[in-house]
Amino acid sequence: MGIRFILMVNKQGQTRLAQYYEWLTLEERRALEGEIVRKCLARNDQQCSFVEHRNYKIVYRRYASLFFMVGVDDDENELAILEFIHLLVETMDKHFGNVCELDIMFHLEKAHFMLEEMVMNGCIVETSKANILSSIQLMDKAH
Amino acid sequence: MSSSSTSIMDNLFQRSLEDLIKGFRLQLLGESNFISRALEEIRREIKVTDLSTKSTALHKLSYLAALHGVDMSWAAFHAVEVVSSPRFQHKRIGYQAITQSFHEQTSVLLLITNQVRKDLNSANEYEVSLALECLSRIGTHDLARDLTPEVFTLLGSSKAFVKKKAIGVVLRVFEKYPDAVKVCFKRLVENLESSDPQILSAVVGVFCELATRDPGSCLPLAPELYKVLVDSRNNWVLIKVLKIFAKLASVEPRLGKKVAEPICEHMRRTVAKSLVFECIRTVVSSLSDHEAAVKLAVAKIREFLVEDDPNLKYLGLNALSIVAPKHLWAVLENKEAVVKALSDEDPNVKLEALHLLMAMVNEDNVLDISRILMNYALKSDPLFCNEIIFSVLSACSRNAYEIIVDFDWYVSLLGEMARIPHCQRGEEIEHQLIDIGMRVRDARPQLVRVSWALLIDPALLGNLFLHPILSAAAWVSGEYVEFCKNPYETVEALLQPRTGLLPPSIRAVYIHSAFKVLVFCLRSYFSAEESTLSFSAQEFSSASSSMNAFTYESILNLVNVIELGLVPLSGTHDVEVQERTKNVLGFIVMIKQDLSEKLNLQDSETEVFRVTAFMEDVFSEELGPVSATAQEKVCVPGGLELKENLGDLEEICGEFLKPVESDSVSYTDKISFSVSKLRIRGQQEASSSTSPPHEASSLLAEHRKRHGMYYLPSQKDDPESNGNDYPLANELANEISPDPFNPKKNPNKSKQRPVVVKLEEGDESRNPPQAKSNIETVNDDESLSRAIQSALLVKNKGKEKDTNPNSEQQKQEESSRIEDHQNSEKKKKKKKKKKNGESSSKHKSRGRNEVASASEQVIIPDYLL
Repeated sequence: MGIRFILMVNKQGQTRLAQYYEWLTLEERRALEGEIVRKCLARNDQQCSFVEHRNYKIVYRRYASLFFMVGVDDDENELAILEFIHLLVETMDKHFGNVCELDIMFHLEKAHFMLEEMVMNGCIVETSKANILSSIQLMDKAH
Repeated sequence: MSSSSTSIMDNLFQRSLEDLIKGFRLQLLGESNFISRALEEIRREIKVTDLSTKSTALHKLSYLAALHGVDMSWAAFHAVEVVSSPRFQHKRIGYQAITQSFHEQTSVLLLITNQVRKDLNSANEYEVSLALECLSRIGTHDLARDLTPEVFTLLGSSKAFVKKKAIGVVLRVFEKYPDAVKVCFKRLVENLESSDPQILSAVVGVFCELATRDPGSCLPLAPELYKVLVDSRNNWVLIKVLKIFAKLASVEPRLGKKVAEPICEHMRRTVAKSLVFECIRTVVSSLSDHEAAVKLAVAKIREFLVEDDPNLKYLGLNALSIVAPKHLWAVLENKEAVVKALSDEDPNVKLEALHLLMAMVNEDNVLDISRILMNYALKSDPLFCNEIIFSVLSACSRNAYEIIVDFDWYVSLLGEMARIPHCQRGEEIEHQLIDIGMRVRDARPQLVRVSWALLIDPALLGNLFLHPILSAAAWVSGEYVEFCKNPYETVEALLQPRTGLLPPSIRAVYIHSAFKVLVFCLRSYFSAEESTLSFSAQEFSSASSSMNAFTYESILNLVNVIELGLVPLSGTHDVEVQERTKNVLGFIVMIKQDLSEKLNLQDSETEVFRVTAFMEDVFSEELGPVSATAQEKVCVPGGLELKENLGDLEEICGEFLKPVESDSVSYTDKISFSVSKLRIRGQQEASSSTSPPHEASSLLAEHRKRHGMYYLPSQKDDPESNGNDYPLANELANEISPDPFNPKKNPNKSKQRPVVVKLEEGDESRNPPQAKSNIETVNDDESLSRAIQSALLVKNKGKEKDTNPNSEQQKQEESSRIEDHQNSEKKKKKKKKKKNGESSSKHKSRGRNEVASASEQVIIPDYLL
């Protein structure tokens, strides 16, 4: 399925954004998030950005106080996912202007929108910042 | 918020999401309190008819559900209401809530079908996109079925924005409702030729997924994909196309030849590491037969390995491990980098390096590599240490110790492992010690030496993880006691008070081994005294002449030591320990009389002599390895019901069969009481009368009569034996004809490799049969691939005439699935051949049978020409 889920979690372990591309119950989600966050928080900067968890891989990167974690299938290209995370952050940065955690918290649906533009059904469909931003801006104006 | 306000006031002062968040951050009451308060509010607000209020409430609820794990399934109906609002803002919120919380079991799922359909047909592309997004996340079978026509229309939409999303949705629709393939596939394929990179990206993504599930069905699209591979400059697209080709090439090897060159081109030209990595991965996993490509890939891997970036290092090692099985030279070239990586900070990197190192191991370097690894193990954290130990153990024991030539060294290595502080692999080491003991005769002296060292060390007894190893050491010492240099010390070690730290099962092994040692000592003492004794005197005298140092005093001393050590145990609660203790003590009682009186020990009629001879007989049978499938080979005797309910047993021995708690005293007392009754009787009879010494054997025979089933027939002339149904363990091994391993004549080593007894089949521990999980996904995949194949057929037919797809479908469905698959495979091969310009005459398909339904075979015009 490509991408299984995308999480944004801060250093205290609080989830700021969670997008799942497969159905999991509430308890499963909580448990999953807890485990993964613990694993990622325990690693330092010298270690690689890939973690194995059950039958998929987690690709993560830390930006300031926020961890971006993407759960992918085993055969996914990890470097491409890292690129994708970076692209996501850059897009948000451009849209919000110097994005910080608070921006995401207060404008959660914008962040969701951006993600929806980029990933559909677990596959990355859009990788051009310009395209994503233009559609979001238009959508904002539409209502 | 005043509680008795009117609804207008409520709306006026309704807290928006922003307020909620702010409130949350500032709250002092505690999170759960705050959330429950907010939830109450929401519940009130959401029931209001005004859509704005409702939608805000829903919005807040979605937020809480997403981030704080609040259940929002109760609001499903409200979500449906909100979605029906004409205002885009509301729709957005409604869809968001739906996507987040709806799933297969949601009861109101049917209600949204119409709404989604309306939105899919809407002129506002953003509404369309909302609906599409929703469908992609929660699409069910019914939804997919009902909305396929709309999706089909959208696939041809002029707005790229919409088209792209429709393509994204297609995957989910196909997955849930395979018949949709018939309708939509054609348009999907047309998009492969689109010049718009967005569309292309989306389409390729879809095909990537489809190819993962069933590569065969996407094979006909190879030409278009090839074009994309060569022309595209977009890295994302290229990566996906590479993935597709990786899957296709594994199904169709000739494809590999064609794409190898463009892939190498990309590898050389591109700057993007991700693309390089994908190329490498494709080459090493699917194109591993193309030497030039592999060489280039390995060169690129090397570049990754020397980078500082831990990500690249890890990925390089990963790729190397994929390539290792077929191209070991690649690993050997990069040996230094691998060893360096062993000491890297990152545990992932270390693990990969370890696996690679293990892949390199062979006869010649196993000593060096093990040495290096043991050093690392001592320095590492417990987790990695055990990983190292485990990999060394499994690599060395593969195929009945294939790579070990010097077993003495290996056995001492096993002993060394036991002393590594963090070692937790006790069971595996135990297994191997015993295994080697049984299979490799020549290693036994060294085994005994190592075991002795382990046994006499009192510090090891305290370590829980080492207990299995100690158990093996004890067993070895008892079983191969003839190689033991100093049996006294062995016995002392086996009976030292600190063994109380061991669990009862292992203690039982210790006691029994002491028994064996005692018997051995007695026998060798007698045989040293008796020169006329014929029964394997030569064996004993040749084994070690130092053992003739047994004097009367030392034997007496030994017996006393054992007795002293065991008497305290005779009252223990554990069944097995008590049984074994009583066995030994009973034996000692039998012989002590004669021994202490120092009767004429030359006389072979003395009790002690006969008893000792008897026990020695028991212990001298060699236990050989038993194949793992041996039990299956025993036919169940007719009339034996293995599966019948044992309910009747309740009546017979109800009291004994009651479920027992671990320290239920009464139960064990009963059993031990009956056993000790036997013993006491035996002792009484033995000591009270001058009855002939065969009383002991008659007692034994009686016991055997009662519990004959459980005895291994060790006596050849035992009339009571019920063991005719179960062949002797040793005989079984012999029947399967142990294949003596031909010793390799290694010119460098003067020592020949000892003989390792191997059994023919079923020797290795078998993996449990693959569980029949994923039946559903398999079925889904099958139906999907069937649908795709039929869609391709229809597509081709459609070029000629207006087919009725249904009849085609029916025909396909009539023939069996396998035939269907084979048909399509053959047709594809025909097409492939024509594409490659080969002559289409008389090409044997890959050994597939001519299918009987050849009459139903449809001629496919080659649409590639």
